[in-house]
Amino acid sequence: MPGLKIRDVYKTFGSNIEVLKGVNLEVEQGQFLILVGNSGCGKSTLLNMIAGLETITRGEIEIGGRVVNDLPPKSRDIAMVFQSYALYPSMTVKENISFGLEIRKVPLAERSTIVARVAEMLQISDLLDRRPRQLSGGQRQRVAMGRALARDPELFLFDEPLSNLDAQLRLEMRAEIKMMHRRLGKTICYVTHDQIEAMTLGDRIAVMKDGVIQHFGSPQELYDSPSTMYVAGFIGSPPMNFISGQLRTAGSGVAIEIDTGLAKSLLKLPFGLTQMQAYIGKNVVLGLRPERITDAMHSSSRFPVQTVEVRVDVVEPTGPDTLITTHLNGKRVVSRIHPGTRPDDASRLSLLFDLSKAVLFDPDKGTRIDAVSAIHQAA
Amino acid sequence: MQHSSLTVRAVLYLALLLFAALFLIPFYLVLVTSFKDVAELRRGNMLSLPETWTVAAWLKAWSAACTGAACNGLRPYFYNSLEMVVPAVLISSVIGAFNGYALAQWHFRGADAIFTLLLLGFFIPYQAILLPAAQFLGYLHLSNTIAGLVLIHVAYGIAFTTMLFRNYYVSVPPDLVKAARVDGAGFFLIFRKIFLPISLPIFTVCIIWQFTQIWNDFLFGAAFSGTTARPVTVGLNNLVNTTEGVKEYNVDMAGAVITALPTLIVYIFGGRYFVRGLTAGAVKG
Amino acid sequence: MTALQTIRSVRQRKSQSSVLAWFERSVPALVLSPSVCVSVIFVYGFVLVTGYLSFTPSTLMPRYALVGLDRYRDLFSNDVWWESVNNLAWFTVPFIIGSAAFGLLLAILMDQRIRYEGALRATFLYPLALSQIVAGTAWQWLFNPTYGLERAVQNFGWSSFRFNWLGNPDLAIFCVVIAAIWQCTGFVASLFLAGLRSVDDEIVKAAQIDGASLPTIYRRIILPVIRPVFFSVTLILAHLAIKTFDIIVVMTAGGPGTATWLPSYFMYTFAFERGRMGIGAASAMMMLAMIVAVLVPLMYLESRATRNAT
Repeated sequence: MPGLKIRDVYKTFGSNIEVLKGVNLEVEQGQFLILVGNSGCGKSTLLNMIAGLETITRGEIEIGGRVVNDLPPKSRDIAMVFQSYALYPSMTVKENISFGLEIRKVPLAERSTIVARVAEMLQISDLLDRRPRQLSGGQRQRVAMGRALARDPELFLFDEPLSNLDAQLRLEMRAEIKMMHRRLGKTICYVTHDQIEAMTLGDRIAVMKDGVIQHFGSPQELYDSPSTMYVAGFIGSPPMNFISGQLRTAGSGVAIEIDTGLAKSLLKLPFGLTQMQAYIGKNVVLGLRPERITDAMHSSSRFPVQTVEVRVDVVEPTGPDTLITTHLNGKRVVSRIHPGTRPDDASRLSLLFDLSKAVLFDPDKGTRIDAVSAIHQAA
Repeated sequence: MQHSSLTVRAVLYLALLLFAALFLIPFYLVLVTSFKDVAELRRGNMLSLPETWTVAAWLKAWSAACTGAACNGLRPYFYNSLEMVVPAVLISSVIGAFNGYALAQWHFRGADAIFTLLLLGFFIPYQAILLPAAQFLGYLHLSNTIAGLVLIHVAYGIAFTTMLFRNYYVSVPPDLVKAARVDGAGFFLIFRKIFLPISLPIFTVCIIWQFTQIWNDFLFGAAFSGTTARPVTVGLNNLVNTTEGVKEYNVDMAGAVITALPTLIVYIFGGRYFVRGLTAGAVKG
Repeated sequence: MTALQTIRSVRQRKSQSSVLAWFERSVPALVLSPSVCVSVIFVYGFVLVTGYLSFTPSTLMPRYALVGLDRYRDLFSNDVWWESVNNLAWFTVPFIIGSAAFGLLLAILMDQRIRYEGALRATFLYPLALSQIVAGTAWQWLFNPTYGLERAVQNFGWSSFRFNWLGNPDLAIFCVVIAAIWQCTGFVASLFLAGLRSVDDEIVKAAQIDGASLPTIYRRIILPVIRPVFFSVTLILAHLAIKTFDIIVVMTAGGPGTATWLPSYFMYTFAFERGRMGIGAASAMMMLAMIVAVLVPLMYLESRATRNAT
């Protein structure tokens, strides 16, 4: 049974501000769904609509198999954790956690048991009599989660819950949320603008832009086979390299011509000529992740590795590896090489290009032009 | 709040409309009564519109009604109020501006003490100063003069205007003033070049609020002016409460509107600034 | 120039410039000093003089001999004074409760994302732009026993309706209360509305998701958060109530009889109209004491509430 289903959902504010333009997605019960994108893409609006805090202009939302369009938040069997924690200032931690249960007329004894259990799970048992203003950011975050856990709903909603925490706390809480999900097995819908959170937490990720889903899939799918340039550039850090150039024929396949600043060379691509016929002679964008351009290859790849000599523009040692920035066809390209070698700026370096995982984009539309049929695109 | 059904919204608007009516009815009554003639007053319903509209009551209220000993209507007192309000508002506003500027941006020993000193002035009941103030005006030969009233209003208005400007000027980044001082500018030059150009909104609030307060004052007017310098509020009270023969309620109401007109006009056109003055005044608690 | 002359002229310039520097640093204080003087004289000085007068036998003109607590004894043995104080209580309590309740109600109604908020707000606030004399005149007319409310309701069919509160010594004060509430409610509503608007939206959303109905949300979440506003409102209203003067003068002139005398009216009448400055001064000091007695605890409670509510 689907845990959450969004069917053809539109949202218009006022008479003409269209914030969501036909959103479709579905996750199984117990899956961790991430809505990710930059501000203004509509992810928070969608979350609010799932919660019942915003009306649905068109389309249907199903939670646990029931259509919830006309139900108020309290009837949807959901719980929500907010970015600002939204704890009730005039109540103690205990009262905050049990408020929802109180509204539902759960008897006092049962309420106390639930609060105690939840508090222990989140390690806040000794904070129960404090008020929110006496707690640190991390503690408030746990209380907010406790409030949601106490209700034991069918669907958990998270609205950028870690954005207000400092970097270290964020890492800790991220791990705790992941562990909690594994332990409880509930369906989660989580909104964030941080692609690392998306990749590490989610079972399914929906990358949103301007009110539509650009790509909906598993983290690995999004990483290896992004459906658009936006998705490719959004996921992964440092982002995917985009090298633009003309597509040429190369035997029975195709190649892209690149200018390294030192010489021009032809990079063979693993795509068939017939598949790419329409784009021969036109400008295309090659997408290649930085780790696919390196100085020594470990694993054997399906497609022969090609060596290109480039001019080193910037050297950034990060510890585990070193990032080399160079320019191909005038565009910035980052590659990851082993930390041992430390070339000087402006020196030359031979880099190995592994194009087995290369992707190709249409420069105007930003969409994938290789293996189009296999990719899930916006409905 | 999202899930408000249609009935709930309807009840909401109905309730608000009811309140609005309750607020407007007294003024409606005043207006409507002022246009009726005395005969109709006796006969008719308070709420009904005039059968024959007449401005006789207005003319009488303005120039012929009896306010105690004299029967010259409210006109002389109206002019008194005007003569008093304009200087009082301007002077107290300007002083408040400089005071507020000094307190907001120039830190010196005692600045906080001065601020508290001025602040406490808000709370005293004016009854506690009426007697000495009357005597003081007497010593200065300013009793029963408009200048005397102006002095009083300025003296007691400074606390509010200073607060208003201080709270406004405090939001200017202190680094701006430091940079100007490093550049060599002094107190007044900095005021002229940096603070004055941004002061139009706050001056508007101050002027509107002070105008309203001073025009509407009654206590000071009653205590410190005789017949010559009497402001229009005192005149209105005399008009309404002098029983001389038949009571002419339509004249009373016309007088009320005449008295209210200036502040109402200011309110209608400057409503936004009025509200800002309100909240600024409320900040002081 | 000789070395000595150079040193001397440098010192001269330095002392000149240090005088100048001192002067420059003092400019803000100098600018404030007239206002400080005025404040000291007109506020604190005059209060002290009034206090002094309350210990003198002054009648029509001030006399500066000190006669101890005689004036206060006169005051406390004066029935009209105690009636004034009593009337003040009968005025203040309904005034505060009424203004606060209606103001809160109005604010909650306006907090519901309504249209025409500007127009509504303008309607509720305009009484504040009127002088109390004007407001009192309007309400006096409305309460007029012959031509006012009584006649209007009778004309609507209820022929046995009687409404002569203004002429009734026990009820006249409530006419003044109603007029005062009418003038102040808009202001109180503004304060409450500002408080309501300052509540974090996400807390309300969380409560909705927890399943609370709108009245519950107001009662248990929102109103507790704005407790400091309640204190501010009470403080301001109490302070206004004690100072109430104008509206009494115009609506009832203290009548019928002394049924609507308030301490402020007592002070004015005795000091200025009956030529008894001493007792007038004593009553003024009592008013000051009242304000202090009310305000100080309220301010303390408010600062505690502000600390606790957020």
